[in-house]
Amino acid sequence: MLQFILRRLLFIIPTFFVISFVTFIVIQLPPSDYAQTYVSGLLAQGDNIDAQATLKNLRDLYGIGEPAYVQYGKWMWGILTRGDFGMAFEYQQPVSFIIWERIEFTIVITLASLLVSWLIAFPVGIYSAVRQYSLGDYLSTFLAFIGISVPSFLMALVIMYILFKYFNITLGGLFSSQMEKAPWSLAKVVDFLQHTWLAILILGVSSTGGLIRTLRANLLDEMHKPYVITARAKGLPEWKVVIKYPLRLALNPFISGVGFTLPLLVNGSIIISVVMSLPLVGVMLLRSLQSQDMYLAGSLILITSLLTIIGVFLSDMLLAWVDPRIRYQ
Amino acid sequence: MNTAGIIHQTAARTDTEAPIFVAPEWKLVWWKFRKHKVALISGIIIVFIYLVAALVEFLAPFSPTATNSKYLYAPPQPLQFDGGLFVSGYTSTVDKAALRRIFVVDPTQKIQVGFFVKGIPYKWFGVLPSDRHLFGPVDPTQPMYLLGADRLGRDLLSRLIYGTRISMSIGLIGVFFSLLLGIVLGGISGFYGGMVDTLIQRTIELVRSIPQIPLWMGLSAALTFSISPVQTYFAITVILSLLAWPDLARAVRGRFLSLRTEDFVMAARLDGASQWRIIFRHMLPAFYSHIIATLTLTIPSMILAETALSFLGLGLREPVVSWGVLLQDAQDIRSIATAPWLLIPTLAVVIAVLALNFFGDGLRDAADPYAR
Amino acid sequence: MEGPELLLEVKGLKTYFFLDEGTVKAVEGADFSLLRGGTLGIVGESGCGKTVTAYSITQLIESPGRIVEGQILFHRRLNGVEGSPATTEVVDLAKLRPGSRSICEIRGSEIAMVFQEPMTALSPVHTIGDQIMEVILLHRKVSKKEAREQTVEMLRHVGIPKSETRLDTYPFQLSGGMRQRAMIAMALMCRPSLLIADEPTTALDVTMQAQILELMKQLQREMGMAVILITHNLGVVAEVCEQVAVMYLGEVVEWADVEALFADPLHPYTQALLRSIPKLGQSKKGRLDPIKGMVPDPYNRPGGCPFHPRCAQMIAGRCDQERPPLVRRPDGRTVRCVLYADS
Repeated sequence: MLQFILRRLLFIIPTFFVISFVTFIVIQLPPSDYAQTYVSGLLAQGDNIDAQATLKNLRDLYGIGEPAYVQYGKWMWGILTRGDFGMAFEYQQPVSFIIWERIEFTIVITLASLLVSWLIAFPVGIYSAVRQYSLGDYLSTFLAFIGISVPSFLMALVIMYILFKYFNITLGGLFSSQMEKAPWSLAKVVDFLQHTWLAILILGVSSTGGLIRTLRANLLDEMHKPYVITARAKGLPEWKVVIKYPLRLALNPFISGVGFTLPLLVNGSIIISVVMSLPLVGVMLLRSLQSQDMYLAGSLILITSLLTIIGVFLSDMLLAWVDPRIRYQ
Repeated sequence: MNTAGIIHQTAARTDTEAPIFVAPEWKLVWWKFRKHKVALISGIIIVFIYLVAALVEFLAPFSPTATNSKYLYAPPQPLQFDGGLFVSGYTSTVDKAALRRIFVVDPTQKIQVGFFVKGIPYKWFGVLPSDRHLFGPVDPTQPMYLLGADRLGRDLLSRLIYGTRISMSIGLIGVFFSLLLGIVLGGISGFYGGMVDTLIQRTIELVRSIPQIPLWMGLSAALTFSISPVQTYFAITVILSLLAWPDLARAVRGRFLSLRTEDFVMAARLDGASQWRIIFRHMLPAFYSHIIATLTLTIPSMILAETALSFLGLGLREPVVSWGVLLQDAQDIRSIATAPWLLIPTLAVVIAVLALNFFGDGLRDAADPYAR
Repeated sequence: MEGPELLLEVKGLKTYFFLDEGTVKAVEGADFSLLRGGTLGIVGESGCGKTVTAYSITQLIESPGRIVEGQILFHRRLNGVEGSPATTEVVDLAKLRPGSRSICEIRGSEIAMVFQEPMTALSPVHTIGDQIMEVILLHRKVSKKEAREQTVEMLRHVGIPKSETRLDTYPFQLSGGMRQRAMIAMALMCRPSLLIADEPTTALDVTMQAQILELMKQLQREMGMAVILITHNLGVVAEVCEQVAVMYLGEVVEWADVEALFADPLHPYTQALLRSIPKLGQSKKGRLDPIKGMVPDPYNRPGGCPFHPRCAQMIAGRCDQERPPLVRRPDGRTVRCVLYADS
């Protein structure tokens, strides 16, 4: 068990470095650098600045113009020693000042939608497997396929249009303006949910399809294993057999399925935040990529990836906890 | 255990007098596939979509880039029949408040629609010159917007048809690249095992455990800043395949691992067959159908990824037309409210992806030699 | 009731599987009976319907399979208390709905089963103790503590050392032999009157096989239960059983006492089967005589007697035309063959 945890933990560290390095290379790729973009932007706005001096200052500070590995080193050093992710040029603020709130809300929305997808997938998947080839099974299979095939942002577009056209509702933002700065209270939570329910629901539903399919397939696999016959031969009523044995075993891939659902949810939340104009990581990432705000973009990619990996790690732990075969390895 | 045992035990044997029937594998797969009605229908839809993609120039009545400032955001005209096909024309008024033209379909104007009409010239498959289109207004100067017009007065139907080619081909080409990567890496991993396997496995695990969209966004933002649309097309394809190969590699590796210990592979090895012979003559035929099914299921995810990237403005860009590029116009609620028909490409994406998913699923079931 | 008391009578049992490819007649006429405390062996080649017959008795056949015909009469002791005048009730198990409450009451408590593969027949994520205790908690009114004590006792009884700690281990932590012992303990928890063992030793190595068979014999003596032993190993049958039912393609072709069957096999299939196994004292020159041909495809059962294409004594125009009748001999054995139809 301890060995299992250690192994998984140790896997996170190289992963972190690989991701950070890849991220860094990726944002390094564009030919021009942000200092350039930034200074020419200022000049275009008619600001009276010493272009050369500003450019030099910025470049020295972040090692721009030096070899990539030096820049990478400086960036990593800052993150690991001071939690300094660099400068968000466009905001004129350190990255670490402006991202955490967005990341928090992204986590909240992602976890909420994970919960929604479980709440839907669990009963539907079980029903589908136990009543295989029934009308309900066909229906849920069909809906699951639609869920898999319709990407969340398209679903969001269509639903937003319907809401606007027929109910005259426009959703956007996380809070209403008077709640924005208010301290946390029940009313604020309700307000938050009123603004984000559609995003949470759509995200949840879009990953439900895959979960239903997985649960159904796993359960069907387990339903025909000999130990189920043993359980029946003991005289257990059928529903008890299903709940205690195959379902219990089918849960394992379901839990480890978090590892594969979570990246999907994060993907979805990024695009959907753009579509529904929610101030989450997605919008900021898109904007920073468009303006080549490299430290901001890089930090966002790095942190979302890292959080996903930690989420996957937690689901592995949960799996070890429920599955003695892993626990006693 | 009970029934399967009976059937499999004896199915291979036949009565000594009875003739032995042998069907090639593809035939067995086809027989099983035929029973999946939904998958079969999906297959027909896919063929139809790829046919559209191949015959774009002939099928689209107009050029996808031809703008017409007289018909900005013109709504769809329904196709009508009174002995011959026709659509009604438009009368337009200017809305002073919104500062734009409001179109009303005017039933008094009739615009004749004909088949095999003359239109813009093109070359069949880049070779045979022609100017015939499957259908279009008999008088090419008359407007015909069966699915409406976009903000530049371009015909959405024509753009949708052109988009089919790009969106569907990007899936195919992307899958081809990731197949190469997946088979080579997955094959090496599964066949040799050991350190190489561990290394490749960790890489696969890594690529799978990170959310791909942010990385895609970063990659395509980096790659597409200063290159031509054609280069962008290939860059996007490469990006998509770079991030899609792990699934395929896993499938290939899994099959290799389970086959490596099979008796028939051992038998071939004992017969002195070479590594390559074992791989290509003995192992590959045992799982290529499974790989094809996995491939079919990868195409839709590629199409969706391209759509998402282009939708965000990080993928393909004008003048290239893909479904994602078309949906870029539908990004905010205001433009959708003005011109709901801009959502029509959603339907194309959903139909294509749904058909490919059903088809691939049916194929996978049919290709599984161990399914009951 | 005088003499040995009947426990189970199977009459004309037919169990079919309705598949897309066609109907598989897995059991096509099984007739045998079993005395209280007796031991019956069911033998036959793989795929002859032995397991399906056993599963039919407890209604464990899963869809698309179904019992289509026949009776399975189970003589159930109502109070089950030893010594008191036995009042028995006859239940036709074939009429019970699979999964119904009445069959669930009988399963595990009066008819228990032991399966072939002790690794897969136990759930890998539940402890042994949990899985064994469940049976007694389900059928008897006992507290958890009592159930635990009884389980420890039973585990010790079947020869599992340190049973108090073994209770809390998982199946994968035990050896194959230990798992099968645990499986037997589970089956015996409620002291059933019938134990069905489906190839209980096939997955074990030879020394372990002997130990498990010995254990089963010993427990059978102690508890006075009847056993149906399903096996393809005629040696095991000779060792353990009192009566044998020989099955071929879903039919019980012969049913007899063990001694009688081995001394004087009636059905040509039984004769061929006995010729195909080595015998002690057989001359070295004598060759084993395998049965010619192969078991036919279950979708295309031969008409008439299913064994006729492979039978050395086949009577053309008869064996391939008519289904041989069930012949009851004066000594009580039955055989399904035209050779004995007229005698």
